[in-house]
Amino acid sequence: MSIPFYVPPEQLMKDRAEYARKGIARGKSIVGVEYADGILMLGENPSGALQKISEVYDRIAFAGVGKYTEFEQLRVGGIRRADLTGYTYSRSDVTAKSLANAYAQTLGHVFTQEVKPFEVEVMVVEVGATTADNHIFRITYDGVLYDDNGVSAIGGSAEELVAHLRAAFTPEAALTTAIGWAKAACLSLDDGSGGAGWEAAVVDRTLGRRTFRRLTPDELA
Amino acid sequence: MTLGPGDGLPLEAGTPASSFTELLRSRGIALRWDLAGHSGDGLEPPEGTTVLAFRYAEGVVMAGDRRAVAGNIIAHRNVQKVFPADAYSAVAISGTAGIAIELVKLFQTELEHYEKLEGRRLSLSGKANHLAAMVRRQMPMAFQGLVVIPLFCGFDEEAGEGRLYSFDVVGGSYEETDYATTGSGGRDARLFLRTHFSEAMDAGSAIDLAVSALVAAAEEDTATGGPDLRRDIYPNVVTVSAAGFRAIDGDRVATAARAAMGSDS
Repeated sequence: MSIPFYVPPEQLMKDRAEYARKGIARGKSIVGVEYADGILMLGENPSGALQKISEVYDRIAFAGVGKYTEFEQLRVGGIRRADLTGYTYSRSDVTAKSLANAYAQTLGHVFTQEVKPFEVEVMVVEVGATTADNHIFRITYDGVLYDDNGVSAIGGSAEELVAHLRAAFTPEAALTTAIGWAKAACLSLDDGSGGAGWEAAVVDRTLGRRTFRRLTPDELA
Repeated sequence: MTLGPGDGLPLEAGTPASSFTELLRSRGIALRWDLAGHSGDGLEPPEGTTVLAFRYAEGVVMAGDRRAVAGNIIAHRNVQKVFPADAYSAVAISGTAGIAIELVKLFQTELEHYEKLEGRRLSLSGKANHLAAMVRRQMPMAFQGLVVIPLFCGFDEEAGEGRLYSFDVVGGSYEETDYATTGSGGRDARLFLRTHFSEAMDAGSAIDLAVSALVAAAEEDTATGGPDLRRDIYPNVVTVSAAGFRAIDGDRVATAARAAMGSDS
């Protein structure tokens, strides 16, 4: 029996991280912005069928970037988990924090234990009764969980996008203003794309029990 | 198994595509009783009584009285028997109340679960078929006397019209053209609808007719509760049209109830 080559753990993790980052950088990013009535998620997406933003539960939405099949798995798993919790206990017991923790655990486990890491980053947002009760969580490919305030972004260009948004952002803005900031941030990237089609949705506390709503092309024009 | 914050996501292969019921089963938290050799004779759980649905010009209207009875005792005076199933459909229940309400909760979760996973709603006939299957699964309990019979109606977004479905105890599903009723006072409500129904009714007349039919049923059937003016308890009335599900507010129903009782008493 041959003895496998020794690879130091630091090198192993570095290689995996680089692999995941490369995969994520191939796709488009998604930004999240708080506005007066809720939270907006927006990204460039030429496909109308393969969506990256989705409803998870009454006040919770999901966005994923990177490899479609992988974040789709996470999306489906999240909806199953939320519906199970809500059915077993009560609708108010489903929280973004608990869901974000589950995503962090799953991504962390896959990153260290599986043959290849997931090439995805995930955003979980929850609209609260007031802006102070909103939550924006971001989970990276290695399972690190971030709690963001006001603005957030996932994907290869996340840092530039957040810097761009921070410069414009003021709390309690109108939805149309927030859409303007989000589009401007995406268009500011010099990755050769000029808005080949937008995908955007909001969780809006004025909409009743199910707060999720996809924005129409007219609203995004 | 229990669900705590530490649990991961159900990603394992073999979890079925979009069915919440199958998900419950795969996780071992679906209800499962072996009732063989037991009889429901000693049990007298509360039962819901009269619900009805019929078509009107813009869609369908559905209504139910508020009484639940256990034998000859009034168990509850303000039970809700008409529920939204999703944004474009409604479900009403009669029979063993506890089981029926649980059935509705599972049905609602199932429709929303499918809608979120697939990115679109089930078709109206798909929803009706699914409800029929859920009733069929209750069959062993029906033999113990724990019967649940729903009514289902909704707005068919493809055909652009309201449709309604009735069910039987073995899970048979029947699409009705004009009106349907179920529960102990269902027969009396149906007789009333037969003489007063017309397809071209507007929403206002449809709400009035729904309440009048329930009042008529309450006059003949002791298990059906009429409007309770003293306690301010009125029937639940909802409409489903192209604009979606709408619960009619209590004041409007109270007006209809007072008119119906004035003319009938």
